[in-house]
Amino acid sequence: MSLNIQNLHANIGEREILKGLNLEIPKGQIHAIMGKNGSGKSTLAKVMAGHPDYEVSAGNVTLDGLNLFEMAEPDERARAGLFVAFQYPMEIPGVTIANFIRAAVQARLPKGEELDAVEYYGLLYKKMELLKIPRDFTSRAVNEGFSGGEKKRCEILQMAMLNPVYCVLDETDSGLDIDALKIVSEGVNAMRSPERGMLVITHYQRLLDYIVPDVVHVMVDGRIVLSGDKSLALKLEANGYDWVEKEVLQQA
Amino acid sequence: METKPDLNIDRSIGDFHYDMNYEFDAGIGLSERTIDYIADVKKDPDWIREFRKDALRKFESMPMPTHWASHDLDNIIFKNIRYYLSQGTQPKRSWDDVPEDIKRTFERLGIPEQERKFLAGVEAQFDSEAAYSNIKAAVGDQGVIFVGSTEGLQKHPEIFRKWFGKVIPTGDNKFSALNSAVFSGGSFIYIPPGVKVKHPLQAYFRINAENFGQFERTLIIADEGSEVMYMEGCTAPKFETSTLHSAVVELVALKGAKIQYITVQNWSQNVFNLVTKRGLAHEEAEIKWIDCNIGSRLTMKYPGVIMKGRKARGEVISIALAGDGQHQDTGAKMVHAADDTTSNIVSKSISLGSGRSTYRGLVQVGRHLKGCKNNTECDALLINTESRTDTYPAITVRGKENACQHEASVSKISAEQIFYMQQRGISEGAAMSLAVNGFVNDLVQQFPMEYSVELKRLIDLEMEGSVG
Repeated sequence: MSLNIQNLHANIGEREILKGLNLEIPKGQIHAIMGKNGSGKSTLAKVMAGHPDYEVSAGNVTLDGLNLFEMAEPDERARAGLFVAFQYPMEIPGVTIANFIRAAVQARLPKGEELDAVEYYGLLYKKMELLKIPRDFTSRAVNEGFSGGEKKRCEILQMAMLNPVYCVLDETDSGLDIDALKIVSEGVNAMRSPERGMLVITHYQRLLDYIVPDVVHVMVDGRIVLSGDKSLALKLEANGYDWVEKEVLQQA
Repeated sequence: METKPDLNIDRSIGDFHYDMNYEFDAGIGLSERTIDYIADVKKDPDWIREFRKDALRKFESMPMPTHWASHDLDNIIFKNIRYYLSQGTQPKRSWDDVPEDIKRTFERLGIPEQERKFLAGVEAQFDSEAAYSNIKAAVGDQGVIFVGSTEGLQKHPEIFRKWFGKVIPTGDNKFSALNSAVFSGGSFIYIPPGVKVKHPLQAYFRINAENFGQFERTLIIADEGSEVMYMEGCTAPKFETSTLHSAVVELVALKGAKIQYITVQNWSQNVFNLVTKRGLAHEEAEIKWIDCNIGSRLTMKYPGVIMKGRKARGEVISIALAGDGQHQDTGAKMVHAADDTTSNIVSKSISLGSGRSTYRGLVQVGRHLKGCKNNTECDALLINTESRTDTYPAITVRGKENACQHEASVSKISAEQIFYMQQRGISEGAAMSLAVNGFVNDLVQQFPMEYSVELKRLIDLEMEGSVG
């Protein structure tokens, strides 16, 4: 059981961004992808989620054996268990957090079944406590006027409420101060489970001090070029990405 | 009898009709004979018969306002319309006495249930006449009058005649003239001084017949220091041919009185909805229109308040949703005619598919006045590139120390927003519904609970239909 990405090629317009990416995240593990700006990290997240701007030209992604690309709409993929915490979450003016998450939870229930409101709020408040989010947060419009830290906490709150099987966290550490980073990481760590796989996309190894990955991958120009354990992240931190690129060039 | 099968998947709750044998039918087309027929059936006093005939002459002499309004108006063929259809002119006081098909219609629309739950009184109009009209005993005991227009003019002429046609003169526009000629149904309400009606009074307007015109006439008078909330709902089945709804609503708020008038319309797409609504606010009185326009082929409606007395207040809150092939041409009129009067207009429109929204606002403050304030806010939401929205404000502020503020915005629901919501598992249609409900959320919160739920449901239905 895994999130399995095989030979994935994807382009936006004429430009190819993912150029044959292979990656397998078994259930129960956390993997990290590190890489420079423009290496295609965020594209990977959006392509899997089904963003309409990207076109998949080759390759496959399976979610516990289910072919992701056979699900045309992003919402089908989400309901199948894929969750993406975005780097830049969208603002939805006028729609409260409580109503938004409620609609998402409701969408997962069988047709005709109504969400139990009392139960829902009970769970919502519990998850908010864990993320140290004040109660009045629920009546604010989704991401509207949020600070960077609030946006990221809101993403993790949604993740916690929707109970996904595979989570992709795209640059969740960007825009967070150290306190917020700790809180968000605790929220993510609380969701570690043998029943769940996670992919953490980040620039900096700092996040990986808090969310300790099982495997670290390095992405260069649309491919995974190097994989290793947690120490690889430290090496990247110390030496930058250039040596990886050199090494890759030498191999080629 | 004919009904549509499977009600549950029907996206428009009002889309059904019963074949009726009408007891009274003025036939097709409009002439003096039509007027005489209506006046005879209704046993109108002579002054009303004359009022109608004068109005018919005005209607015939006035051109269609297509020099500024939609040319779609030219598609109304007046000679093909039926102007009066009823099963009798006396509304029943008990649902048990209402003819079976009519009763079933209103039951399907949930009216008797709402009445039991939260209303102080209900009038249910079926084509030309109210089939049912009743107020709770406790409200009637306070001296509140809530009857149809015919009963109003016959039984309470001393109040009726004083105000009827005074806020909206017959010749105000071509359609107010038409209404004045053939009006039938609508409500006559009088609230005695100091009486505050706790629960809303509701009218429901149902069109059942094809090629029909509904012309209800409502007159509400709130005497000094009284308060009333009136709500109206409306539906019609979907026919191939066009249907005309052309109402006139006049409100009079005497010194210190408050009237709140709420409309949630859900007309089917064949309805031309051309309505004139205006209120007259005396000293320190307050008139508030809350107007939700969903459905119809073309709606033209600009609720207005004439602030005649010092410190009077006028307010128009409107939400318009223009779906594929629809045109919502709505707005507000605020006429400041005394010192220290204030008015507020908040208009939100949503255009989807080839739907079109137009806002027309008129704000007038006279030269000799001081201390008047108007605030206008006008927001449009577009849901795809075909949609169109226009704003035509006309603001005339003269005199000293008067303040007027106009804000307008246009926004779009972006593909990124929809994608974000879809990534959370929400379908495209539900995502659009959420975004639209979010857009109107601050206005909907001003509604009574039952109506905000109803409005949300109507928006959901409309959005689901638009995504396919």
